[in-house]
Amino acid sequence: MSEREITCQELVELVTEYLDDSLPPDRRLLFEEHLAFCSACGTYLEQMRLTIRLTGTLREDDLDPIARDSMLAVLRGFAR
Amino acid sequence: MELVRALRAGEEAAFSQLVDTFGRSMLRVASLYVRDRAVAEEVVQEVWIGVMRGIDRFEGRASLRTWLFSILVNTAKTRGAREARSVPFAALGDDAVQPAVPEDRFLADGTAWPGHWTNGPAQWGAPLDRLLSRETRDVIAGAIDRLPEMQRRVVSLRDVEGWSSGEVCNVLEISETNQRVLLHRARSRLREAIERSAIEGND
Repeated sequence: MSEREITCQELVELVTEYLDDSLPPDRRLLFEEHLAFCSACGTYLEQMRLTIRLTGTLREDDLDPIARDSMLAVLRGFAR
Repeated sequence: MELVRALRAGEEAAFSQLVDTFGRSMLRVASLYVRDRAVAEEVVQEVWIGVMRGIDRFEGRASLRTWLFSILVNTAKTRGAREARSVPFAALGDDAVQPAVPEDRFLADGTAWPGHWTNGPAQWGAPLDRLLSRETRDVIAGAIDRLPEMQRRVVSLRDVEGWSSGEVCNVLEISETNQRVLLHRARSRLREAIERSAIEGND
């Protein structure tokens, strides 16, 4: 006997576990079965994926040249 | 280990490589403990001094990166504790009980389809290149700043710095489960912030 299916409200709470690949196999199966027929949850999952990707773009900021110079100055103090 | 050798030898190119590889990320991570930008810069400077003093003893059991960030986090924590407003520590915070999506977006118990969307999430009208703009980055950065402290740390380390969940648990000294709960809340809040700006952007 398999577990009952999961609702949309339950699915949105499992997204991080799903994306981290840490859902137990039976839960993962229910999650994927739900996605197969629910386009609203498909949209939600895609938006969470995009949120993660967009958050990652914050990494692309450059080091401010003044801060960079003062960091190098400290390190150069140790040149031998 | 080549970089470590060059640092020991005090080579100029090694200094630039160190700063260009880790400097920006170290400043961001320091800012998770000390809000003031000038203080975060001082923390990073202290770390460079600690690194150069300790480099001869560095045995390479952990990677240089792991070693650097463990010194950084310890230094930033000490500095942050000195300056912190004394907030009672709660691993998860009150916001942890908030759902990822407000419950009024789902059909209530007693209806034909309890727990199903009333209206599914709206499509984000803005095209990807607009979502990838400076403006969206500012929206996300602002939303991260408004998160409760632990959520801000977890999502910054996982999704901005790209650390693994194991690394984040180690550094923040939280369980795998708490890490995931905090990350989930934080990402849900960030999704909402992007949604607000992406849908407004439809007009």
